[in-house]
Amino acid sequence: MKIAVLVKQVPDTETKIVINANKNGIDESNIKYIVSPYDEYAIEEAIKIGGETTVISMGPDRCIESIRTALAMGIQKAIHIDTQGKSYDSYQTAAALAKVIKDGGFDLVLTGKQGIDYDNGQVTQMAAELSGASQVMVIDKLTINGDKAKVERRIAGGSKEVYESGFPLFLGCEKGLNTPRYASLPGIMKAKSKPIEKKSADELLGGATALVEFTNFELPPERAAGKRIEGEPPQQAAQLVKLLREEAKVI
Amino acid sequence: MTQLKMGGAFLLEPVEETKIFIREDLNDEQIAFGKACSDFFEKEVLPKKDAIEKHENNVSVDLMKKAGELGFLMVEVPEAYGGLGMDKRTATVVTENAIESVSFGVTVMCHTGIATLPILYFGTEEQKQKYLPKLASGEFIGAYALTEAGAGSDALGCKTKAVLSEDKKHYILNGSKMFITNGAWADLLTVFAKVDGEKFTAFLVEKTFPGVSHSVEEKKMGIKGSSTTVINLDDCKVPVENVLGEIGKGHKIAFNVLNIGRWKLGAASVGGCKKILKHMVPYTKERCQFGKSISEFGLIRKKIADCAINAYVTESIMYRIAGLYDDAAASIDKSDPHYDRKCIEAIENYAIEASIAKVFGSEALWRCADEGVQALGGYGFSSEYPLESIQRDCRINRIFEGTNEINRLIIPGTLLKRAMKGEIDLMGEIPKILGELKKGFTVQSTGDFSSGAFRDRVNLAKKLAVYACGVAVQKYMADIKDQQYVMEKMANLAIDTFAMDSAMKRTMQILQKENTQTEIVPVTKNNIPVCITQVFVYEAYERMLMLAKDLLAEVADGNAEEFAKYNKALKRFDVFDPINSTRQREVIANHMILRDGYSLN
Repeated sequence: MKIAVLVKQVPDTETKIVINANKNGIDESNIKYIVSPYDEYAIEEAIKIGGETTVISMGPDRCIESIRTALAMGIQKAIHIDTQGKSYDSYQTAAALAKVIKDGGFDLVLTGKQGIDYDNGQVTQMAAELSGASQVMVIDKLTINGDKAKVERRIAGGSKEVYESGFPLFLGCEKGLNTPRYASLPGIMKAKSKPIEKKSADELLGGATALVEFTNFELPPERAAGKRIEGEPPQQAAQLVKLLREEAKVI
Repeated sequence: MTQLKMGGAFLLEPVEETKIFIREDLNDEQIAFGKACSDFFEKEVLPKKDAIEKHENNVSVDLMKKAGELGFLMVEVPEAYGGLGMDKRTATVVTENAIESVSFGVTVMCHTGIATLPILYFGTEEQKQKYLPKLASGEFIGAYALTEAGAGSDALGCKTKAVLSEDKKHYILNGSKMFITNGAWADLLTVFAKVDGEKFTAFLVEKTFPGVSHSVEEKKMGIKGSSTTVINLDDCKVPVENVLGEIGKGHKIAFNVLNIGRWKLGAASVGGCKKILKHMVPYTKERCQFGKSISEFGLIRKKIADCAINAYVTESIMYRIAGLYDDAAASIDKSDPHYDRKCIEAIENYAIEASIAKVFGSEALWRCADEGVQALGGYGFSSEYPLESIQRDCRINRIFEGTNEINRLIIPGTLLKRAMKGEIDLMGEIPKILGELKKGFTVQSTGDFSSGAFRDRVNLAKKLAVYACGVAVQKYMADIKDQQYVMEKMANLAIDTFAMDSAMKRTMQILQKENTQTEIVPVTKNNIPVCITQVFVYEAYERMLMLAKDLLAEVADGNAEEFAKYNKALKRFDVFDPINSTRQREVIANHMILRDGYSLN
């Protein structure tokens, strides 16, 4: 089976985000980057299933570090779709990825349920659609039996949905699917000699144009100071109702 | 390959003359190794920290197995014996990241350092084949058993005895070893004993050999989660093929391996200093008193700046030494059948530097821990916050791997031995300095960082150290080794000189790198390495002037005329204008506060 793992490099979850001067993105200096945590479940699942595994990541040169992490964990080879300093929206990203996936003839495409930076959760679905493949998102169990995959996803109320699908198939992985392994030191050394094929994002787009444009970024407003209500309980209650009605306008 | 430097030669060479290995020169793979190690410690070890401290459920042994599976125990073991065969640069970056549990860090460091390396450097091919793969994979946990109740610093005074059995197939060991790290968990111990009560020898002792047992865990001030026990040897039968090295040559193993242990401990101190900043800075930002964050108060900011300075200088020293060790290894023909042994012998060349690393690193870490606790105030003293255990845990660093007192005696002792043998030309340098003293030194009072007053301070510091030590040697001659007050001052002069030299070289190299990479000159007054180096070099030089004065007063011993002569010389060294180091400290503190911990960019 030919498996592709889509990996996104994102800022570390502990990063303190600073908006850039143009207010059309974040200030990328001094950011520590990591593999988007949900993608780690996808990497682990691919290694567990085995076969021919390829990690695909789209982004600037720095995302090679994330590719190396996947290779160090045990993925066999890589494709880096180089964005060469440009940014692309989810749709364009999906178009470029779909092209690589179709050309590569992958049976199974695993990825995280969403990237933890913008939290859009769109690329996998769009790429599946553009490649004409089936898709199930937010899965936490996968069993492969011959030419069929059985997947499970939790839904509201503690129930779960069970799907069966043929290939090609795109799956968005959720926490609970597995426990991602650590990259071992011998793994890191081996990763050095694993091939990374470079492709140009622009050439893969096939004319897809951006559907979303970022016009303005701003940080959430700082939380306003609280208000202390003094007095005996009956007065406090009356005061609270008054504030809720007149200031907060919620009742 | 660079020209190999004689250990101690840093006292004679101008700072601008040679380059050193700096942390900024680590390659991507080495950085990835460090990150893998910190990930493992943060995600796997840290959550089990309490269990480790309480010795619950065999947790440290299980973690050692896991560390083995991930390759953390095989970094320095050659590929031929199941390891990765990486250099000391790589080992340094791995060690400095193994910090989230100091107790478990010590377990790992003991295993990969003093427990594994004696076999690598002194073992026979059979011994290496038999034991190194098991140690590299974590199948075996190792320990190093040198100390005894009555033989601590005086390790050669050990009482444990080894006698050849009648059939000449075994040595029978009797005695007991004390304060043995990994004692309760070790599968394999390097045990030192005297054959026939005379010939000091190392033996490879498996836990399963008859007559080996360990006592209950020692109750300790810190690193409570590491194992420290007595190892008892009661008619313990050790096969003759398990003699490590030669009979009667155990001291070569004992002392050479400590050189490695000392550098490794220094590398761990680097991580410790940075960890303190990681906990201390965010706390001081959040803690409000008098209506503002205490990170806005000068005396808290000073502590943050001082911790960063300690971290930077320690880091500069440890990577420099790793580079020296690697260059020493690279100078030996890999196809030589005694390659590994020759490597450790070449490393012995840097015994002075290793002792400096140990002393400087352990004391820098202690200063950071102390200021860290202080910055947190009552919360620093509370066990609910991490600083309390950090300070207790790092206290041992000034004691094990040779107390700092023993190491301070080693520094001038070794220097003098080298000078006597003519290996370093200290004696030739003294007349030159005396000549210069007559007319006074010309130094820059201003100028660019890399060619101005700071560079000159480092170069004059070397001359000051050589001059003051030279006077002392002339006075006491061979008796100097019994003058411990004098020896300590000589050691401190050498330590500060090496530290200044290392920080200065590193910063100069960083500036050079930045210039060549960007082709513009980004040297602003706010460059963090520059600010750190300025404060350290300025203060270390002032400290050395005081120290030299003290030393020479001791040498003159009340003879006013004699002291006047020395004092005249000292005035020649006192040529620099003071700086307002608060400015630099403010820049440093500001930066660390902005970055929530130690960061240079």
